[in-house]
Amino acid sequence: MNRTATALALGTALLSPFVAPALAQVDAAKSSVVAVSKQMGVPVEGRFKRFSAQISFDPARPAEGRASIEIDIASFDLGAEDFNRETVKPEWFNAAKFPKASFVTSAIKPAGAGKVEAAGKLTIKGITRDVVAPVSFKAEGTQQVFEGALPIKRLQFNIGEGEWKDTSTVADDVQIRFRIVTAKK
Amino acid sequence: MRNAIPTLGYSGTAIALHWAIALLIFCAFPLGITMADLPFSPSRLKLYSYHKWLGVTVFLLALVRVAWRIRHPAPPPPASMPAWQRAASVATHHLLYVLIVAVPVSGWLMSSAKGFQTVYLGVIPLPDLLSKDKEVGDALLLVHQILNFALGTLVITHATAALKHYFIDRDEVLGRMIPFLARKR
Repeated sequence: MNRTATALALGTALLSPFVAPALAQVDAAKSSVVAVSKQMGVPVEGRFKRFSAQISFDPARPAEGRASIEIDIASFDLGAEDFNRETVKPEWFNAAKFPKASFVTSAIKPAGAGKVEAAGKLTIKGITRDVVAPVSFKAEGTQQVFEGALPIKRLQFNIGEGEWKDTSTVADDVQIRFRIVTAKK
Repeated sequence: MRNAIPTLGYSGTAIALHWAIALLIFCAFPLGITMADLPFSPSRLKLYSYHKWLGVTVFLLALVRVAWRIRHPAPPPPASMPAWQRAASVATHHLLYVLIVAVPVSGWLMSSAKGFQTVYLGVIPLPDLLSKDKEVGDALLLVHQILNFALGTLVITHATAALKHYFIDRDEVLGRMIPFLARKR
């Protein structure tokens, strides 16, 4: 672990009790964050194997909910080694310089039964944009399940530089599909 | 000297299918060899797609061709041809028919096993006949290569035999497939 990471980890550890006292963690085994892109019409699915999330959500008072998700970019797995070697490179995610992607809610609005619209800031590769993610929620036992699909444009986040800006090979449209299950209480 | 048995020759459809498939294979084969050595780039991904589309086209035309051939038998070989040559010719042709189906199918299966669906012309998704499995994918790559080696060898044998018929035997065999080379009776 390098010094910056140590400092960050220490900082987070020190701050978290004050910032997020009531937030639920995730059940990693049941949760998934997947990015689906199209390569000349072929759907290509990449999975972020490591991420953490903190969620505070009361179905009775959705507007008071909040959530933050942090994704470990280097854990991106397209299911093929040659692809995985490429996606961490500067032209794509630049995982060395931008090891984390994140989504932090700013406002949650109810959107019908079992649904909310989660507005927030999505940061990938150092670029932050306002997005609104449609999220459905339900309870499974003591666990809460949040699911949704957020369409983004990869070029807005500088993902795929140089010759990869060509969207005739890898489309600009990417769908981030997520299923976040809170840890058992 | 001329063959005494009257020959009907190949139908225009059979000739068109023969040359269409030959041309596609002459494109797909070198493409397959070149693309695998390219560095990861949009060109590489494009060539892979083109290679797959060519293969699917060969497969579809091969099915039409086999169906056509069943209803329209090939013209008989020249009476002057020795029995062993007839046997060799029948074997070569049958194997070629098998391979123009088996080579694309092995590629399609490999693509499925490697986790990349084949989407014909970037528009029509072909069903994945196998689920993703790295070992199966690697094994199918080897199968695809071996079948292609066999196909290449047979195509060379086939073309050499055709040229031998034209230049050495001076019979009508090549002219049946290349009408403007047909010898006047």
